[in-house]
Order: sequence, then structure tokens, then C-alpha cells
Amino acid sequence: MTAISERAYANPEVLVSTDWITEHLQDPEVRIVESNEDSLLYPSGHIPGAVEVDWAADLNDPVRRDYLDRAGFQALMSRIGVTRDTVVVFYGDKSNWWATYAFWIFQLFGHPRARVMDGGRLKWEKEGRPMTRDVPRYPATTYTSPPRDDRKIRAFREQVLAHQAAGRPLVDVRSPQEYSGERTHMPEYPQEGVLRGGHIPGAKSVPWARAANPEDGTFRSAAELRTIYEQEQKLKPTDDVVVYCRIGERSSHTWFVLTYLLGYRTVRNYDGSWTEWGNSVGLPIEKETGVKAR
Amino acid sequence: MTGVPVPLAEVLEDIAHLDRRERAETLIDYADRFREVPPAVATRPFPEQHRVPACESDAFVWSSPRPDGTLQFHFAVENPQGISARALCALLDETLSGQPLEQVAKVSPEIVFALFGAEVTMGKGQGLMGIVDLVTREARQRLSAGEAPPRCRSR
Repeated sequence: MTAISERAYANPEVLVSTDWITEHLQDPEVRIVESNEDSLLYPSGHIPGAVEVDWAADLNDPVRRDYLDRAGFQALMSRIGVTRDTVVVFYGDKSNWWATYAFWIFQLFGHPRARVMDGGRLKWEKEGRPMTRDVPRYPATTYTSPPRDDRKIRAFREQVLAHQAAGRPLVDVRSPQEYSGERTHMPEYPQEGVLRGGHIPGAKSVPWARAANPEDGTFRSAAELRTIYEQEQKLKPTDDVVVYCRIGERSSHTWFVLTYLLGYRTVRNYDGSWTEWGNSVGLPIEKETGVKAR
Repeated sequence: MTGVPVPLAEVLEDIAHLDRRERAETLIDYADRFREVPPAVATRPFPEQHRVPACESDAFVWSSPRPDGTLQFHFAVENPQGISARALCALLDETLSGQPLEQVAKVSPEIVFALFGAEVTMGKGQGLMGIVDLVTREARQRLSAGEAPPRCRSR
């Protein structure tokens, strides 16, 4: 893959390379954060100095289906030794799928200096870079966060319903089988959790993983991404776009791509996603393109 | 757990008392001890009939007969980041190989949640349950096949 600076991204500074991380392993102004689906990966070995932020234990409310609140976020930042000035770099498994999910949630609180390590854990491991099982401890910080702001980058059910009714762009990032209604989950995952299959009427199907190079987890170049989202799907950077998947994690990856790599101004992640839409009474569903179930 | 092979029951009992960090360390220890299926039993490309359905870690399960009539279980995990799958496979090998087939056949796939707790996602949990399910199916098929099993059976 070419260097990040050669891929013509709208905001290339949001990505850092594995080389950059190697050069900043001891940088006190940088905090490296690993976020994975598999909770055994971090304790089995991680980038030296990296802390773990677990998507379930650290970022979700333990009772309600919602994310942590301002107090919870401030406590998390304090625990991992992050100040408002710290450069936080996320990486993780599955082509940074969970890293971008954590990144998105951090942006609900507007952390100003957030980055993603291109290629994530897969690339770091493939390059034979150092890993450790030592869990670092950092002095607790005082982190003052603004209130969580869900308005700009998060979409809720009623907003999505209005968005769909108005014919504005929706991107369904799940697998083709989930989109068509053949499955209610991602391939190799079980048939469970959702009562109805299909997609939000009018949604374009762009599986999230198309934005990543499977061999090393890096993001595709801006030209390749434009081919996928603009030439194939006719999206425009000025569009008001809502992305969704099953619970909002895969779509965080696409939200990141559209917002930062292609420079779209208005992209919201519908984290209720198909587990809410497909279980809700009376919402419109399309099983196949152009064939509405109701 | 009544009827669960003793080695597995002991692991379940022990792990129930561990906190999140200790549980992870225990499971990683198992993953570190993972032994891939020997070439005498299977070589790549592994036959699809031994693939675990719904497992994103590309796990495969085999069994071979032991002299005492029990089974030795063998595993492969093709996804290099499939550490949870490797941990479970090593644990099942250590606790179910050589155990009474009647007990192995009745092991519930839901032991996955006792072993991995809240740390396993729904989807990953289903894949891991698929590994347990295939092991118990091997035991059930061995029981129903009766005597003179082949060297390594396909499911």
C-alpha cells in the first residue's frame, strides 16, 4: 500500500502509520488505545504502552442501550491517563472496525486529537513489530469533557425515518445477504437477534469491508474509495448521509471513511441500526431492491 | 455440573471464581498450549466437512480413537487472530479427550458463556459454541457407530 500522504485523503492527518507509532512509543503526548472485538487479544499481546478500551465494558452503558455519559467518559479518560491535549491513536482487530467504533464514540465527546493507526493490529503483527503483555499504568488525569453531543454524528430512529421518507442517502454497510433479507446477521454469524430481514427502503448496499485492503487492513486510497461510493453509488461529499449496520459498529468504519478520508460534511451513524429497525413495529422494510415488504 | 467430564467440571468450577483479568490470563494460557491437528490426522487444505459452522476463526474439528475406546480430539484454527478459538480448542482437548463418550456427548455448548463470560460477543459466542457442538457430535457419532471405528472419521 502507498504511503498515507500519497492516497489523496481529505484529512490525511487523521491516520498515522505503523512507522509513526514506532517513532512515538515513548511520546508522553501520545496515548495508544487498542479496541477489539476479541477481548483476549489485548492481554495476549499489544503495542508496548498501549491501553485497552473495551467497546462493551468501557464504552457502553451497563444497563441502558446507550453509550457512556459525560461523567463516565471523563472517568475513562482519567483512568487511561489522557488529557484534552493528548493525541489518542486507536487501533484494533478486523481492519480497525472496532477501533473506528471507539473513535466515533470519542467524537461524541469531541476529543480534539484523535487518530487511527492505518492497518490496525493485523498490519502491526504482520510487520513483526514489538508486542508485550505488560499492561501500562499512567498517572490519572483530570479530563474535562463537554457534554456528549449526539446531534452531529449520531442518528436516532425517528430521524432516520424522516431521512428515509425524504429520500436522502442511506448506506447499509452489512453483507449483501443481510441487505437482501436472506440473512438477519453477518455471514458466519448466527441467524438471531432480528425479527425481520431486509434493509431500510432506498438504502445503498456498500459492505464496510470494501473500504479496507484485506491483506493488511489498511484503508483504500481516496481514488478507490470514490469509485466505490461516488461512481458506483452516486454519493456526493455535500450529501446528508446516514450509515447503519446491525448495532452501529461496522458502520462506524464507513462513517470514518466518508467523514475523514473523503471529506463528507454530514455523515451520521445510526447505531440503533438493524437490530432496532428490523425489530420495530410498523417501520418500512425493503427485502430486495425496489420490492417493499410493506 | 452433573454428568460433565471431571476435568471440564473442575475448569468450570475454577474459572467461575476468577475476575476479568484472571479469566483472560487463564484462557490465554490455554491458547498458548494450543496444538494444531497432527499431519497424520489431517493436512491442508482441510476438508470442509470438518469446518465449524458459524465460526469466524475458521476452526476445524477431528477425532481419532484411543485404545481405551474414547476419543482424542484434534483442532485447527486458521485465523491467526482467533485466539479465543485456540483457547477453547486447547481447553476442550485437555478436558474432553479420553473422557467417557457418554459424558462428552452431553456437554452443553453453553459452557462457552461459563468459560468466556460477558467478554464474548454474541456472534463470537455462537462460533465458539459451534466448536463445542462439533466435539459433542463426534462423541455421539462414535457412540452410535459402535465398534471398529475408522482411524479418523469424517462427520
